[in-house]
Amino acid sequence: MNENLQNLIIDTTKSIASQLKKTQSKEITLDTRLYGQDGLFDSLGLVTLIAELEARISEEFDKDVVLADEKAMSQVRSPFRDIKTLSEYIEKLLEGE
Amino acid sequence: MSRIILITGTRKGIGKELSEYYLGKGFTVIGCSRQEKSIEHPNYHHYNTDVSDEKGVVAMVSDIRKKFKRIDYLLNNAGVASMNHLILTPLETARRVFDTNFFGTFLCLREVSKLMMKQKFGRIVNYSTVAVPLVLEGEAIYSASKMAVEQLTKIAAKELADFNITINAIGPTPVKTDLIKNVPENKIQDLLNRQAIKRFGEFDDLKNVIDFFLDDKSDFITGQVIYLGGVN
Repeated sequence: MNENLQNLIIDTTKSIASQLKKTQSKEITLDTRLYGQDGLFDSLGLVTLIAELEARISEEFDKDVVLADEKAMSQVRSPFRDIKTLSEYIEKLLEGE
Repeated sequence: MSRIILITGTRKGIGKELSEYYLGKGFTVIGCSRQEKSIEHPNYHHYNTDVSDEKGVVAMVSDIRKKFKRIDYLLNNAGVASMNHLILTPLETARRVFDTNFFGTFLCLREVSKLMMKQKFGRIVNYSTVAVPLVLEGEAIYSASKMAVEQLTKIAAKELADFNITINAIGPTPVKTDLIKNVPENKIQDLLNRQAIKRFGEFDDLKNVIDFFLDDKSDFITGQVIYLGGVN
């Protein structure tokens, strides 16, 4: 899996969590749940994260992606549930560009 | 620092007039249209973008983010009209009207809001029409697309309020532009007769309401639709 991408998602998650003053007792890792039960963010936090991630992906990889696309929203298991699934999802999205 | 305004549909009509007005006020104006630009000014920047094309809108806003870093104001001005009895309206025409008026507004609002969320400031003005409250025959598709814009405005205003983004809509009366050039004169006169103030809208009438929505002091005004001409 793309390590740069994983680090970018972890850094962005930390940055948004800090902005929104979300306290996280454990370190933010690939297994950190982003949304839903025991998730780091509420819906407002999740949309903030998604908007920021799109901007950083555009800067870092020079590719414009819409993360909340039809494929993401129609999956039974949401790609936004934790950092690992989100990373896998974005990697596929970037490969498909 | 110069304020940055993105106006869609700037090649002609109200969009062009508004671009020139805000350039005159010292703003940096970013415009877009499907065709080539018609404004030459050092502070005017143009994108050849169809607002109903998702990839095009995403690429445009991404490029603006890289070059200008922010967008303070968005005027979702691009629009198309189609007046006809609904029995005589082809599905393709209805889709084309919704593509520009509703989906174009939605896409620009969604993408520009992502940038405004980060800067914790933004003012968005959408365009409705007096045809919505007047429920005019012959405008089923056009006014339905604009009614959808009104509902989008009201809900987006709630969803984005926490980010200090206000979203309002203006509902103009007929203004003498290309948009109404194919509408029969008697139909326009019937419409004017239903307004409290029975005249065409002028560019200054729109400018006045848009300036009000964009004003720094209007930070407690969101989710509102203001109709011109005394229509409600």
